[in-house]
Formats: sequence, structure tokens, C-alpha cells
Amino acid sequence: MTQINVRVDGVTYTDDVEPRTLLVHYLREQLGKVGTVIGCDTSNCGACTVHLDGAAVKSCTVLAVQADGGEVTTIEGLAPNGGLHPVQKAFHEMHGLQCGYCTPGMIMASVDLLKENPDPSDTEVREGIEGNLCRCTGYQNIVRAVQQAAGEMRGAGSVSPAEVDTAAAPHVVGQA
Amino acid sequence: MTAVEDRATAEAPEREVGKARRRKEDARLITGRTTWTDNTVLPGMLHLAVVRSPVAHAKISSIDVSAAQEAPGVIAVLTGRDVADEQGSIPCAWPVTPDMVNPGHPSIAVDEVNHVGEAVAVIVARSKAAAQDAVELVDVDYDLLPAVLDMEEAVAEGAQLTHDHLESNRSFHFVFESGDAGTGQHTDEAFRDAEVVVSRRFVQQRLIPAFMEPRSVVVQPQGDNYTMWSSTQVPHILRIMLAMVTGVPEHKLRVVAPDVGGGFGGKLQVTPEEVISLLVARRLGKPVKWTETRSESLMTAHHGRDQIQYIDIAADREGNVKGLRCRILADMGAYLRLVSPGVPVLGAFMFNGIYKFPAYRFECDGIFTNKTPTDAYRGAGRPEATFAIERIMDELAVELGMDPLELRRRNWIRAEEFPFTSVAGMTYDSGDYETATQKALELLGYDELRAEQRRRRESNDPVQLGIGVSTFTEMCGLAPSRVLGSLSYGAGGWEHASIRMLPTGKVEVVSGATPHGQGHETAWSQLVADRLGVPFEDIEVLHGDTSISPRGLDTYGSRSLVVGGAAVVNAAEKVVAKARRVAAHLLEASEDDLDFSGGKFSVRGTPGAEVSIQEIALATFAAHNFPEGVEPSIDADATFDPENFSFPHGTHLCAMEVDTETGMVKIRKYACVDDVGTIVNPLIVEGQIHGGLAQGIAQALFEEAVYDADGNLTTGTFVDYLVPSAADLPHFDTGNTVHEAPGNPIGAKGVGEAGTIASTPAVVNAALDAVRHLGVRDIRMPLTPERVWRAIHGGGDGGDRATAGTNAYGGAQTETTAGVSTPQSALGGDR
Repeated sequence: MTQINVRVDGVTYTDDVEPRTLLVHYLREQLGKVGTVIGCDTSNCGACTVHLDGAAVKSCTVLAVQADGGEVTTIEGLAPNGGLHPVQKAFHEMHGLQCGYCTPGMIMASVDLLKENPDPSDTEVREGIEGNLCRCTGYQNIVRAVQQAAGEMRGAGSVSPAEVDTAAAPHVVGQA
Repeated sequence: MTAVEDRATAEAPEREVGKARRRKEDARLITGRTTWTDNTVLPGMLHLAVVRSPVAHAKISSIDVSAAQEAPGVIAVLTGRDVADEQGSIPCAWPVTPDMVNPGHPSIAVDEVNHVGEAVAVIVARSKAAAQDAVELVDVDYDLLPAVLDMEEAVAEGAQLTHDHLESNRSFHFVFESGDAGTGQHTDEAFRDAEVVVSRRFVQQRLIPAFMEPRSVVVQPQGDNYTMWSSTQVPHILRIMLAMVTGVPEHKLRVVAPDVGGGFGGKLQVTPEEVISLLVARRLGKPVKWTETRSESLMTAHHGRDQIQYIDIAADREGNVKGLRCRILADMGAYLRLVSPGVPVLGAFMFNGIYKFPAYRFECDGIFTNKTPTDAYRGAGRPEATFAIERIMDELAVELGMDPLELRRRNWIRAEEFPFTSVAGMTYDSGDYETATQKALELLGYDELRAEQRRRRESNDPVQLGIGVSTFTEMCGLAPSRVLGSLSYGAGGWEHASIRMLPTGKVEVVSGATPHGQGHETAWSQLVADRLGVPFEDIEVLHGDTSISPRGLDTYGSRSLVVGGAAVVNAAEKVVAKARRVAAHLLEASEDDLDFSGGKFSVRGTPGAEVSIQEIALATFAAHNFPEGVEPSIDADATFDPENFSFPHGTHLCAMEVDTETGMVKIRKYACVDDVGTIVNPLIVEGQIHGGLAQGIAQALFEEAVYDADGNLTTGTFVDYLVPSAADLPHFDTGNTVHEAPGNPIGAKGVGEAGTIASTPAVVNAALDAVRHLGVRDIRMPLTPERVWRAIHGGGDGGDRATAGTNAYGGAQTETTAGVSTPQSALGGDR
């Protein structure tokens, strides 16, 4: 067992871990941070994405001991005090999730992408999140969500709900 | 018009149905406050790991568990022999023919293994890591038997056997002949007189549903009661089947599907691991958990598709279709699972598509091979059928020198002909194929793209452009119980709902349909808000727990809204009817004089005399002032059994660039117009179409479960099984037409599977349209650059040497695949 000190979502923990323990297993099994999930065993799906010292990592590809002395943010600590991060809000607004299993990782990866590129094009979003797999949405509404959040975070103002309706569902008009 | 009516009109709330409501489900999912099964931790909980067969077909000569038994943290090790008397057989609920052969399916193999990944033992340990570590310590001796991997070889004279206690590799032979069914002419006669016959062999490769949440099961024993949490689509079916398989009485079992991370048919199953978990919990009296790894999931959760289709189409020279003949080999894998045989049979009524064939014959053989069992995967039988008909229509158009859309138009059912009884005996409910097609052509920008295609042809551009068409219908809303009975399915197709009116005016809606991403909580709230006139926010939808939602048949086959939503609406109508009696009493009026609008009963002609349904809920709770002889409850239940399927339809168009020098394909534009009947929530409908398209396009371009010549799955990780990323998929241009389904009170037709069913042939037809002038007439799915390049430069369908004998998919090397060319490897990857 090896002792690690790690700050997760604003709380400091000191724990003994097996050297082979993956960060994601430490988060889920020792800290109960079950908002972060596991989707594969080859680092392809990105469902377990968290931020380690401010950068997105796949927590199945990091050993818990590597996080020693580090600061981890999970989906549970992304927006403190029960609020929502603009990216979380945009995923909801733009219907960027269905089953929601990939969503925590997808949101954490998107937040990191927007830090690097505050105004990404459609293609840049698609390439920026290609390390995160979603089986439900076909990605189109995820791309919309990331761009919507980007606008809000740049201070460009959010798209008004009515406009969002039409953009996301052009057939609303046709049906009325 | 009176003043009262004017006021009522002015106050009528905006209708919820049709609104792009943001989903209620999202709040917990975007913040990580979820209840995935694997999140569950119980005091004293033990962890399971499964020891799996590394060989495709063998007798188990011995198993030595002693080293595993002694490993740190290990509580018990159980083999198939240990549970042989109590494990029963994994059930198959769909004996499609009276003489169907079912070899039986032990949850843990006892004497023989029949596919790689089959369970041979289970480790029970204090931690997941300890259980996993001990897997390596179980020593199993296998006497190898020949592996049956190729369906065409499996049905040949003198073939090796998948199960050596059976007489052949054939499970069943199912036939539909319109001449015998009285729904059309005899097919042989139609072909005898035909001017043109086109015949093709199509391969539907094996796919893996690949839901994002790996399967997980937790079982808690409480005396002789058991609660099972499982990542399942079908908690109600699971409960019944577990009772039948294990002998734990049904009333002692509670099954909960908490948050479930996708299913796509892949969690429409009663799995060996669910049975094993229950057996272990019963034996040890302790709570247990099993959660699979992704590699375990890809290898052992059921697969989908896997058909070889021999299709003949007959027509006259003017392009009027005369007959369709389909002979199908459908791979069951090593065993029959819950609805394995039913999947190809669901397609039996759909190969004729939207066209007016005078004659139709469908013959299907279900074949055993030493591979993972197949079962439902998004569309289940209908994507296979739609692919075959939409591909063969293009081939016929080429043969006749006709425009593929013109050929379709000449033969499809016209709008004024609905309801229309097809040659397969199905009554198509409503639709207008012409209008959907026109809208789709506009969305795509068809004329400009055809002009560009001509320019590229003329300039001999290395990047050629093609446009593919798929005009499809599907049968949804599974299903009328009587029809299921006539097809020998083991259950009905109804759905149940109940509505509980709480004293504070809030409403609980209990649904037997169990969601795993479809947004039932939001859509059902919209339905009930309109019917009861209560605010959307005041409604809570409960589901997925057999003790909360006691009756249900769960979610699959695009049935939830069409059947389950209809039950919700009917329950709401019953609540209103019961509340009306109470309202009449409270308002001292006759029931006949009451109007109900916007959640309020009012007395016609008496302004101000009104009471809301939420106030009635409180009055009912108190029951102080209640009509004589009426029970103090306005809650209601309803069970809806549809009389017919519903038939969504649509036109899907794909424009595809094909680089003739590299074989790379790229979707230039994708446009589709779907008619799914009434749209309750356009955001959810659009999302379902998008997701469906992604999976249908993935079949065409990316995904294939590949086995090597020894029966090893070489696509057992997400490195090798290519679920597309955002960068792999195009933007989709989607639209709708709306023709209400007459068969349910909502008018909805079902949307979950539409995108998947329609898109695959549109994509393949587009690629072929781009390179047809180069002599290519088929390309085997998935359209990898290698296959496309080989089809262009070497002829054939490009599939012959695509994977085996190489590491094209990054697959694990075995003796037979490590660069050694064998007759088997030359036959390609889809063994």
C-alpha cells in the first residue's frame, strides 16, 4: 500500500492505495465519486474523463499514485454549490445527452477543449472530443451544446430559448 | 359563442404535446448524481468474476479450482458442475416453428463449451480485484473440437457440428409464401413469367450493440426474498424468467433497473451473469455484485445482425415489380437467447418494404455456429430486411436502366391507398412516401449534387460522388398480443400504466415501459400534463422497479410511446372520468353539465363554479365530502394492447465521396425526412433519429465483429470494434412529415429504430452510385478503405481478404492469423 494525498472536488483526502490502483477506481471505490464512470478498458471511450491539475485526463489511464499531491475535479465538483457550469447547462438545453453514461466524461472533455479553444468550429469540436465515445446521440447535439456553451463563456450571450427550439428542432415549425 | 367559452379558450394552456421540452432526466445525468447499477455498494457485498472459455468448441475434461480457492480474499469458486442442478437453461421465449431445435443454454458450461467467452466458472471474492486476480488461477483442461464458424459451410453436406448432440447445425426453417398465405400470388409462378430477374447475395455482418454502460448486476438476499438491480432494458421480463429458470418464486423476486446507460436491444436479455449472480447470492446468503469489463461485454453480451441473404427480384421491362424471393441464413451463434430466432422472423414481414409486390416468399434458416449468440440489436430483423430490399431495388434499376427513385415511385404504395395490406399480410396504417421524398430531395440539394456528380464523372476526378436512396417503412409498436401469439412468441405485447393523484395535487405516473435514455420521464409528463391539465413540473414518472411498477413489458421495438404512452393516456382519461363524479358532487351539478379544460371542471353556464383536478385530489384524500357509494380514489390503471403495428416511414438520402485512389469514403451530406406520426417532443424525436443514423451509418462504414479461423473474436476492444467518434460522423439534415397513426390515442408511430433501419442501405447505395461506372456492383460492409479500393481495383465486393490473415483491425494474433494464409483466412473476416 502507498499513501497518497489528493484534493478532489475541493476536499483533501489522505488514503492508502495499492500501487496498481487506477485513479478511476480510487475515485469510485474509495471516495464514492461514482459520478465518474468506466466505459472501457483500453482508454478509448473517455467516459472516465476528469481534470487533473486543470487538464482533462482519462482517469483509467492514470494511477492513483500519480495523482498524489494533485488536484482532481470530477463532474460532481465542476460547478460548486449546486449550480451548473455553462457546459452542463448547454448539454441540457441542446439535448446533448440521452442515456447520459458518457455525459460526465464528455462534459469534462468539452470544458477542457473550450479552455484551449474558446470559439471552436463544428469540425474543431468534433475533433476535440473524438477521444470520447457516445452511442446514443450521433454527436450532433453535443457539438451544438459545446458551441452554445462557448458562446456563453465568451460572453456572447446565450441563445434565447425560442431560437434554440428552432435550431435544434426545425420541424417544430412544420408541425404547428 | 358565450362569454364563458371565450374565457375558457383564452385560458386554455399551451399544449405540452409538440413542445421541445428540455428533459427532466438531465438534471441528475449532467451532474453525476446517478444510480448506475455498478454504483451500488451494500454491507458485506461480495464481488464476482467470471472464468471464460478461451476456445470456441471443446469438451471440458477437468477443472481445478484449488489454487483459486486458496487465493487471498476468495470466498468461493463455483463451476458449472456445482450449479448444474439449479441453473436451468437461459430461456428462449420465441420458438418460431413447432420443431425448432434448442440445444439448451447453461449459464455456466458443464461438459462442453461452444463459444469463446462462455462462462466455465465464477470466482466470489471480497473485492473485485481479488476476484479478478483469481481468474488466472483456475485451471481448465479442454479437449478441442472443430469450430463451426461459417454459415454456408455449416449447412453443407457433411458439415462439422456446433453441438455434437444435435443432428445438424439448423435450428429452424421458417417459411412465408404469399401464395399459401392468401396475401398474393404464388411466388414461383410470378418468377416463371417474369421478363427480368435480378439475383444478389448480400452479407449482413455481425455487429455488437456496444451500449456505453457495461452490464452490471447486484443481488441482495433478504431471507427468502431477493432484490436484483440490473443494467437491463427488461426488468419485468427478467423477473418472470428468473423465476422460471431458478425456481425462486416470482413473488419473492424484485428486479430494479436503475439508471441504465443505453441498451439498443443489447440489454433485452436474460443473461447467464444475472442467473449466476442470483444463484451465488442464494447459495451464500450474501449480497453480490458482478460488473463486466468492456472486453467481456464485446465478447459475451449478445451480438446482432449476421445474415447471408440470397435475394431474387422479378419485374417487367417497364419496371413494375412482379415478385420477391428471399432466402436467409441467420446466425444464431452457439445458443438461442431470449428472442434470437424471432429477430430474422420479424424481418419476414418487411422485406417487401413499401412496394406493391404481387408475390413474395421468405425462407429463413436459423443456423448454429460456435460464436457468441445473436439477438436483438436496434431494428432487430427490420434493418436486415430494409437493406436487402433497398439494395436490390437499386440493382434492378441498374438492370433496367432506370432512375432508382423513378423505379421506387412506380412501385410504392400511393398516399391515397392507405390503409394498405401488403403482400406479407401487414396493414400499413398511414403515410405519404411522395411528400417525404420531395422534402428529402430539397433538404439534400439533390439536383446540384447530381450536377456535381456529372462534372466529376466527365473530368475523371479521382474523387467520385454518388447519391444513395433508401425509402423505407418499418413495423413498430411491438406488439398486438394476438399477432405475437400467432407467431408463437411467449408473451403478449400490451403495456401498463397507472396514475396516482397525490393529496397536494402532484401526480405520479407509473409506467411499465422502462427507459434507458429515451426520455420517458419527460414525454410521459407532457402527455399527462395535457390530459389532466396539471403543470408539467407537478408530474413525476416512476418506472423500472417491479415493486413500484408491478406490470409491464418494458422497452424495445420502438414500443414505449406507441404502446406504453397510450396506456398512460388511457389511465389519465380514467382519472378524469373518476374526478368528474367527485367534481359534480362538489359543485352540486350534473356530470353532464361539466366541462373539463385546463385542469378545471366548470359548470356550463355558471361562471365561477369550478374546481381543479388538483383540488379534487385533496378532497379525495380527505374524503369528508364524497359522493355516496363511490370509493375515495381517483387513481387509475390502464393496460393498452394495440390492434395493429404502426408503420413509420421515410426517405433517406446520402451523398458520398469516394476516393478511387485510396478507397476512402466520406459522407458529403445526409438528409432524411421521417414520418413517425404525432411528435410529442421534437427534441427527443430528433435525438432518436440522430442516434439511429449514427448506428446505421456505422454498420455501413465502420463496425464488424470479426472472428479468426479459430473462433476468437479479434474485435474484442474499442481499439478494434469501431464505434464511431464525433469526427467520424457527418452533420445530419433531418425533417418530418406527420401522418398520425390511427391505432393509438396519441397518433405516434415510434421513432427509436427508424434512423438505424433506413440509413445503412442509403450509405451503401451512395458509395456504389459513385463507382458503379467503374464496374463495381457491390462492396461488402463495412466499407473500409481496403474493401472499397479492392472492389474498385480488383473486382468482386472487396470483402475477400479484408481482415483475416492480417492485423487490419489491430486484432489479437493467433497461430492461424499471424500472417499465415489459410483457405479460411482467404475467405475473409466475416466468418
